[in-house]
Amino acid sequence: MGYGAAIQVRGIAKSFGEVRALDGVDLEVPAGTVLGLLGPNGAGKTTLVRVLTTLLAPDAGSAQVSGLDVVTDAKELRARIGLAGQYAAVDENLTGLENLTMVGRLYGSGRSAAKRRAGELLERFDLLDAAGRPAKTYSGGMRRRLDLAASLVAEPPVLFLDEPTTGLDPRARRGLWEVIEQLVSGGTTLLLTTQYLEEADRLADTIAVIDHGRLIAEGTADQLKARIGGSVLEVTLESPESAPAAIAALDGLGDGEPVVEDGLVKVAVAERSGTIVAAVQRLSAAGVGVDDLVLRRPTLDDVFLALTGHAAEAEPA
Amino acid sequence: MRRLVSDTLVIAERNLVRLPRSPDLLVAFTIQPIMFVLLFRYVFGGAIHTTYGNYADFLIPGIIVQNIAFGGFVTALGLEEDLRKGLIDRFRSLPMSRAAVLAGRTLADIVTNTFSMLVLLVTGLIIGFAFNTTVLEAIAGVLLLIAFGYAFSWVFAFLGMIVSSPESANSLGFIAVFPLTFISSAFVPTQTFPAVLRGFAKVNPFTIVVNAVRYLWEHGQGVGVSNVWFALAWTAGILIVFAPIAVWRYRRAAVR
Repeated sequence: MGYGAAIQVRGIAKSFGEVRALDGVDLEVPAGTVLGLLGPNGAGKTTLVRVLTTLLAPDAGSAQVSGLDVVTDAKELRARIGLAGQYAAVDENLTGLENLTMVGRLYGSGRSAAKRRAGELLERFDLLDAAGRPAKTYSGGMRRRLDLAASLVAEPPVLFLDEPTTGLDPRARRGLWEVIEQLVSGGTTLLLTTQYLEEADRLADTIAVIDHGRLIAEGTADQLKARIGGSVLEVTLESPESAPAAIAALDGLGDGEPVVEDGLVKVAVAERSGTIVAAVQRLSAAGVGVDDLVLRRPTLDDVFLALTGHAAEAEPA
Repeated sequence: MRRLVSDTLVIAERNLVRLPRSPDLLVAFTIQPIMFVLLFRYVFGGAIHTTYGNYADFLIPGIIVQNIAFGGFVTALGLEEDLRKGLIDRFRSLPMSRAAVLAGRTLADIVTNTFSMLVLLVTGLIIGFAFNTTVLEAIAGVLLLIAFGYAFSWVFAFLGMIVSSPESANSLGFIAVFPLTFISSAFVPTQTFPAVLRGFAKVNPFTIVVNAVRYLWEHGQGVGVSNVWFALAWTAGILIVFAPIAVWRYRRAAVR
């Protein structure tokens, strides 16, 4: 495609009335890679996907997908992308086979070619047994797989998945992750939005963190984790009442203030060596009963908290 | 243009294939109209005085137009559901014609409207309705009703694109359809109406279409051939206004 970038975004802004959903976003996704767009509800993830899939015109800025402009080349662009949204957009009264055949024909294929392609996809997504049943009889995970299959009908070089696993149970989520991993191993460029840090960590080559319509960090999972540096000491107390005593005892041990979160006392520490011994000595001297104590690498949750000042999944829609 | 035709046919097929799988819709297209015929013929009919010897001859054109209007709710609700569930987003992300989703939906409505009309005509023939004109005029009346139903589908397509919930589709549609249906000549002669209502009924397209069909099927008293031309004009006018604005709304449609 001559660019090396399958998706290129420059200064995209979009407001809905007073709300600035996107506030000047710049982004580049090299061909054949997976970008995880990570952010809480309302951060602007879906708006960006809608702009890049031509569903929404931006107020400012420009964006190219596969070298085609999202505004001026919208029509040609639609033939080169696949989109699966958060809604599992399939017709519930049509069977799996009918749904995929319909999408194929709307991409311009003839009936028999569309049907053949639908059969291939149903087999690949393990839906062959359910092919003749209306989609309303499918489980949540099956519907998402059908939706994903529908986005792949035309074998698009660039794929957008907007929160593909939101609302799925853990087993269905892992199943869908495996499907997506197989998919991108074939060279498809993927932009994936998610509020699950674990999901971005597992699927994405690069992660872009978005909040209030702005990109606030970009890098690999390891780079982002390295940004907050060091490790996290987590202490599980025997009794929650001793939390203030534990905080007082651990104050000054690490770089940050000790905090209580989910019943755990957490401290960010830069230097690993000697930390555990020092922590045990301090807590023991203060008479605090300890149930468990670990020193771990930071997760993307810690990163998100450090970058935005709020937890990733807590904010309501 | 070729894409518009082929995409429209794909969408129309989709809307027809799913019909037999929604029993509630089948009831809406068959049982409900029959109930209305029986209600008006046997409950209200005896108390309604028309210049027609037989109330069934007066009633059937009116009830077919009413049925077209009430059947339109299915169109609005179906499109609202497509929008809410993200299907319209999927269609809009495909390299398909921008008008095809609505054109396919309204094309499928022709099939359901015609089917409902046949159910009503058969019911009518059983309770004493008869065509009292030439075969050509009877056919012209059927075609006029199909054309008017098609134009009216676009009104409901537009409604489906602008509402934010099935409830608002229902109430907005009802507010529009109720006066059009009942303040018209569909069920009763308008002579007994107060002056204001009579004025509304006179220009109401439902009155004009019903009277046009009464002319074509019965050569009914007090209805002239001019109703046919006015009915065609209304049909064309509704189509010219509502088809473009419905498609315009579709292009801007978003999941809410």
